[in-house]
Amino acid sequence: MSQALTVHGAAVEPAESPLTPESWGKLGMWMFLAGDAVGFGTLLAGYGAMRATSADWPNPFEVLGINLTAAMTFLLICSSVTMVKALEWLSRGDRSRARMFLAFTALGGAIFVGLQAYEWTHLIHRGLHINGNPWGATLFGTSFFIITGFHGLHVSAGVLYLLWAISVVARRPDPRASYNFVEITGLYWHFVDLVWIMVFTFMYLL
Amino acid sequence: MAGHKHPNYMAIFWYLAILTVIEIAVVFLPFGKIVNGTLLCGLAIGKAALVAMYFMHLRFEARTLGMIAVTPLAIATLLVFVLLPDGFAVAKKTDDSKKVAPAATSKH
Repeated sequence: MSQALTVHGAAVEPAESPLTPESWGKLGMWMFLAGDAVGFGTLLAGYGAMRATSADWPNPFEVLGINLTAAMTFLLICSSVTMVKALEWLSRGDRSRARMFLAFTALGGAIFVGLQAYEWTHLIHRGLHINGNPWGATLFGTSFFIITGFHGLHVSAGVLYLLWAISVVARRPDPRASYNFVEITGLYWHFVDLVWIMVFTFMYLL
Repeated sequence: MAGHKHPNYMAIFWYLAILTVIEIAVVFLPFGKIVNGTLLCGLAIGKAALVAMYFMHLRFEARTLGMIAVTPLAIATLLVFVLLPDGFAVAKKTDDSKKVAPAATSKH
């Protein structure tokens, strides 16, 4: 069939080239991330609309504080760098350095989740609950816990995914054989970082 | 991406770190909510674009993949405009009921 198309090439459309020639897995991850981004986008759009139309929405910057979350943002940026460094070392064939940087990335994610748990505990003690708070609109607490919680779940899943990637790199004898797997893992991890950039701006700074 | 050279990741890291510091500084600027909000949204989109283009290697992928990645952003932006009229209607209804309530109680 393809030969026939080549012979009569002038009369037919050129054959499609795959979007991700490396693997279908990579395209699958992009499709998953696009769907997940719609989920986060819907939550943030809903948050924006609720906030814009509320008369007593508390000032998040004053209520939540940004010192800890700024440090958490910096931590996620650092973990994104260690993720790409792991991939870079893998492409050079250095399996042990790749595993080390993957472990740093997982550690960064685990610390992030720990800091988020600390932040939640602190805010709950101050009176911020999912169904009310002392500062104003009830939906302030609801949206805060749902959006940061949804993101925290993604980070937790990402840490497990990274641990899986470390074991895959360790098991495969040729480091380059796990490059594609680690690149797909990295796509997920950077997406989690990208979403936090948006959450940090919309829920803490604005 | 496998066939491409890795970009300078440390440069991207420093851009992201500097943009984060600028974001935090913008919060303290006395320009008002609209100007500060616009600046913060612009900085967030810039940071997200850096992550997507260089860390996620979108710059080196097929353009169609980039369009797939940008579509959720367009949907979320449209959704804000879809939700706002409904939100304003609910807010107006709440205000009206608050105005009626004291008037009703003053008769007794």
